[in-house]
Amino acid sequence: MSDRDSAPVEATTLDGNAMAGDLRELFAVDVTVAQYKCAGCGHADAVATLMLWGAAGGRVARCPHCSDVVLRVVRAPDRVFLDLQGCVRLEVPLTDD
Amino acid sequence: MAIISKGFGGRRRESVPGLPPGQYLTHDFPVLSAGPTPRIPLDRWRFTIQTETGDSKSWNWDEFMALPAEDYTVDIHCVTKWSKLGTTWRGVSLDTLMEQVESAADYTMVHSFGGYTTNVPMEDLLDGKAWIAYKFDGEDLAPEHGGPARLVVPHLYFWKSAKWVNGIQLMNEDEPGFWEAAGYHMYGDPWLEQRYQGD
Amino acid sequence: MAGTAVSGRLTWRAATLAEARWETPSARTLVLDVPDWPGHLPGQHVDVRLTAEDGYRAQRSYSIASAWPSSGDGKVELTIQRLDDGEVSPYLTDDVQVGDQIELRGPVGGWFVWRSKSTSPVTLLAGGSGVVPLMAMIRARADAGTKQPFRLIYSVRTPEDALYADELRRRVRDDAGLDVHFVYTRKTPDGWPAPPKRLDVAAVNTYGWPPDFAPDCYVCGPTTFVETAADILVALGHEPRRIRTERFGGTS
Repeated sequence: MSDRDSAPVEATTLDGNAMAGDLRELFAVDVTVAQYKCAGCGHADAVATLMLWGAAGGRVARCPHCSDVVLRVVRAPDRVFLDLQGCVRLEVPLTDD
Repeated sequence: MAIISKGFGGRRRESVPGLPPGQYLTHDFPVLSAGPTPRIPLDRWRFTIQTETGDSKSWNWDEFMALPAEDYTVDIHCVTKWSKLGTTWRGVSLDTLMEQVESAADYTMVHSFGGYTTNVPMEDLLDGKAWIAYKFDGEDLAPEHGGPARLVVPHLYFWKSAKWVNGIQLMNEDEPGFWEAAGYHMYGDPWLEQRYQGD
Repeated sequence: MAGTAVSGRLTWRAATLAEARWETPSARTLVLDVPDWPGHLPGQHVDVRLTAEDGYRAQRSYSIASAWPSSGDGKVELTIQRLDDGEVSPYLTDDVQVGDQIELRGPVGGWFVWRSKSTSPVTLLAGGSGVVPLMAMIRARADAGTKQPFRLIYSVRTPEDALYADELRRRVRDDAGLDVHFVYTRKTPDGWPAPPKRLDVAAVNTYGWPPDFAPDCYVCGPTTFVETAADILVALGHEPRRIRTERFGGTS
């Protein structure tokens, strides 16, 4: 994950791994290991495998299977908006390590 | 207390007076996308205005190219904090397009190939404030910058200037588009720093 | 923002550059002193945040290169590849000085990680600076003294672009059960038996573990590399659930 750095805003695709920090700031568990189920096509896989677009202020994570939007994170200075419309379920493993 | 990194940030952008609050000047043209870049062959390109009564008016590429076009120079401001001054475009004014439909709608939803949407009040598209642009800096608009054609509505944050535009739906009530539904401001005036809902 | 955090929420912390070393002419390893670092798993990353004098901020994610505990001195190492048109990486490679502080958040990311208690053999496929989190895995394996066999296939443009080349050579000699194979895409070393080429089925088939061994496969690099490598692994019969990928923007 080094050098995710291209321009003031990235245009190339990252993946859900890069959302770990923003999500871990909101949740007690690491959401990138959770299994999402895509509302568009029903595909299920780790949130880490989603295709990531946008920039730090507004991120769009799309299903790698059908490219539908699964989740959106908009970060204002004092608030975070998390839109999960494209995700019908999150399965979160609970592990201790 | 933030840690200040001396010398950071000067390579790509600068603070200059006269920009909207919180903006920085860039000399590049950063690309920001909410999804994969659609590649639209010109023979399949269509632009459609649908009115609030369900009537619609469409243009194919050749018909669109036959419309009177304008060359214009504007400043653009992205919500991710870069501004770019004096960008030059060629395109068709929304006034020219709207003349061809009957509508009393106050709001619009702009639609794009690839599924992107953004809402813009009708009055912000009229009176020489908005264009469907197909040339940038004298060249055909590149796909990564929204080609074949994009909306340019420079007095609002640039996410309102939808790339790969394919239509405008006229509406009596305002509705949020793609980013607005996810937390961006419904209107997006850079001078009032309307970045997020509640700003 | 940092000062208002409730207890337990992941927030930014100050890291001090203790030491830096060049890995190649365009990649530098930052050795960071991070008080109260909680430790990390190999493959995890941190978010780095920089604030300019005029208040402008930028945030990027970087994989951690070092294993934990790293010989017990509490340091965290990041290897930064400079992208000339980048905004953050040239500052981190060329400008930040020993003693300077940067803000750091982490460790984060629990998916692209290797755990030393796993007994499966491991195939690592690295494209360019995608080797960084995989190097952390190789280092963690050695530190843990475990015996899972590791095979790294490392795709670089030229021999001069390879990160950690000397250390990898030494580890192949000293770390029992570690194999490393380079793929050169633009220029090979003198006497290399093959012309430059991209990662292909033959290389993965020959230098990775066969699917029958049910290896865990970790792939990291630019998107095009990751997609090619993952497609090859699936085509060779590896189970998709054993393939973990991490992409970075990289090419632009």
